[in-house]
Amino acid sequence: MAKVLMKGNEAMALAAIKGGCDAFFGYPITPQNELPEYLSYHMQEHGKIFVQAESEVAAINMVYGAAGAGARVLTSSSSPGIALKQEGISYMAGSELPAVIINVMRGGPGLGSIQPSQADYNQVTRGGGNGDYHLLAYAPESIQEAVDIIKDAFRVADKYRNPVMVAIDGLIGQMMEPVDLDKPIDLDLQSKPWAADGHGAKRGKNNKILSLFLDTKDLETHNLKLKVKYDQMVSEEQRYELVQTDDAELVIVAYGSMARIARSAIAMARQKGYRVGMLRPITLWPYPVQGFEALASNVTHLLTAEMSLGQMHQDVLIANEGQRQTHWFGRTGGVVPSADELFDVIENIILKGGVA
Amino acid sequence: MSTKVVYEPTKGLTDSPLSYCPGCTHGIIHKLVGEVLEEQNLIGESIGVASVGCSVMSYEFFNCDMQQAPHGRAPAVATGIKRVKPNHTVFTYQGDGDLASIGMAEVIHAAHRSENITIIFVNNAIYGMTGGQMAPTTLIGQKTTTSPRGRSLDQGMPLRIVEMLATIPGATYLERVSVHDPKHIIKAKKAIHKAFEVQTNKQGFSLIEFISTCPIGWGMTPNDSLEWAKNTMIPYYPLGVYKDTREEREPWIKE
Amino acid sequence: MDQRIIVAGFGGQGVMLLGQVLSYTATALDLHTVWIPSYGPETRGGTANCSVIISDTPIHSPLVEYPNILLALNEPSLRKFENKVTPGGVIITNSSLIKDHVFRDDVTVIEIPANDMALGLENLKTVNMIMLGAFMTQSTFLSEEAIHKTLEKTFSGAKAALLPLNQQALAMGYEHARSHA
Repeated sequence: MAKVLMKGNEAMALAAIKGGCDAFFGYPITPQNELPEYLSYHMQEHGKIFVQAESEVAAINMVYGAAGAGARVLTSSSSPGIALKQEGISYMAGSELPAVIINVMRGGPGLGSIQPSQADYNQVTRGGGNGDYHLLAYAPESIQEAVDIIKDAFRVADKYRNPVMVAIDGLIGQMMEPVDLDKPIDLDLQSKPWAADGHGAKRGKNNKILSLFLDTKDLETHNLKLKVKYDQMVSEEQRYELVQTDDAELVIVAYGSMARIARSAIAMARQKGYRVGMLRPITLWPYPVQGFEALASNVTHLLTAEMSLGQMHQDVLIANEGQRQTHWFGRTGGVVPSADELFDVIENIILKGGVA
Repeated sequence: MSTKVVYEPTKGLTDSPLSYCPGCTHGIIHKLVGEVLEEQNLIGESIGVASVGCSVMSYEFFNCDMQQAPHGRAPAVATGIKRVKPNHTVFTYQGDGDLASIGMAEVIHAAHRSENITIIFVNNAIYGMTGGQMAPTTLIGQKTTTSPRGRSLDQGMPLRIVEMLATIPGATYLERVSVHDPKHIIKAKKAIHKAFEVQTNKQGFSLIEFISTCPIGWGMTPNDSLEWAKNTMIPYYPLGVYKDTREEREPWIKE
Repeated sequence: MDQRIIVAGFGGQGVMLLGQVLSYTATALDLHTVWIPSYGPETRGGTANCSVIISDTPIHSPLVEYPNILLALNEPSLRKFENKVTPGGVIITNSSLIKDHVFRDDVTVIEIPANDMALGLENLKTVNMIMLGAFMTQSTFLSEEAIHKTLEKTFSGAKAALLPLNQQALAMGYEHARSHA
């Protein structure tokens, strides 16, 4: 199909509609506003629900309610707004409700900046809410990849009855790229016999959506049941891309916009004869440890590159298990590094004799 | 020998024993809501939203689909449910700590949008579940575990919720009732009937505030509690209909 | 080689639209392209700029740090980006608003009195189309025909009445750049 030029935020909004989204609840925050703005116009013409809530807290609780009633629900926000949503996200994980949450990340902490950032890494992967839970978290590097992931995210959320977060930095939200939105997908709409959808009479029993287990043994049993799902995600949902790693001595680990910049830096390095590649996590949780295991022994050095101060590097260290020499590069606060800057880091590692 | 049924428990409630303290009026209010659900034939199609506080377990007691909301967020949760299930009855059951303190924004904006939901608001002037702390509704001079010398003016005058909500254009039906004696219980049930009718007629936001008791939190016998509700609370929280715009409101269309 | 373009000027000069027309045209031609706006408080009444990459191979970093074409619609924009243009590159200036010449001697400079020409058309909003016309003389990938098609799509429906004026501005910018090259 012909590609159309779309802004990242608008393309993701349309992708959600194509993924079967029934309802959107959100609150304005830069740099994601084009997403709810687009949906405020287009959800209605698809017979779908759009509500601008009074706060992020209210928005995520509307998501919680609508998801509990069995709908495919979306919310979007940016870093400080996602922090406010953590209450509802924890409740949804606890009561096993599917939903899709788009986080167009900006600088922090606090009000931070509105420029692109990856400093939500811990918030995205560790869960900012209370309790033993995880979100499936994706981090696409282009508008096309974001669209493809979001179209499928409602199915994945339904499959696991768990919230899915799609984390992109503000750059991908704000920029325009040609995108194909018509790739066929399987919506896989299944009935939700667990939903509290007001069909108690028809069903012959009441459904309850809750995360309260006053008996400690009951709660532990529930936690262990959730863990089975998380273990399944770890074994089945890790996604990553290996870029020119076959002969690489140095492998950059980068995601999102940073991975795009790394591709340019790798091209520059290759021109100089440096054998550099990339491991690009597409899922941030589960972290693609399988990608590290797939690297051959010629890879002796890992360089984490991130738009945050070492947050993902912690996962690189865990995945590496001390096997390879590790390096770190990052910019933060909304600063997006140039390919030149990353290339200099690469060259410095190589010239200092670290790489054979 | 022939038998005649003179009383049956309402089908609007489950058989689960209520978890409320002896003498607390939550049980009466539960029963009234259950009876109205039954009499209006709503049980099998309703979705209730439980809140956080003494009524946290209300999802065990109402005989319909239930969802348990985070503290104060029940009106937002109900909004989400109602928007995707516009032809089902959706109600919340909230206390005064939940609704009048942490959940103030959610209830005001649900009223503001005139969400077509019904809120059962139980005001006992205290945080019961957490051990009797001061609530926004605690009366001046009233002793609680966080106002041990009695609430003073610098801790704020008690909030009157229905009066406040009455200023919001989106609120369709608001009434404050009490359950301290049989006469008022009958009146309270009529108010609940009206509130659910407003919803069925798609006329928007309805809320009924109940003056309720907390013998444990107040440190009184059940009888003294009923007297205190009648003689001390009601003068500050006068009963009555505070908003009724059913006549002028067209059916609320959010489908 | 990729065309890496920065379009910069005051808010209200149609800078964003100019950049978007380039990316829309590239998309229609099945080329690779990316458009990035400056956003946030800096777009409130102050300067506005956007970057565009057009390529026949996949685009890695979407950022344009060193443009090979700069369209400067006002003086601050020229000063901000002038030294970033790669040697051998092109700077197209709105000479109505930029009295000082470009200081670089290793780039091609095209001066277009876009504001004066727009006033001639009695519509200052055509400045961006005049600049776009000048760009057309330097375009590697985008044919004139394709750009015209994008304009027809951009100015359609409620905006259809504006098409002839904008087409005229485009042609004037193109002619001026060609004859003064």
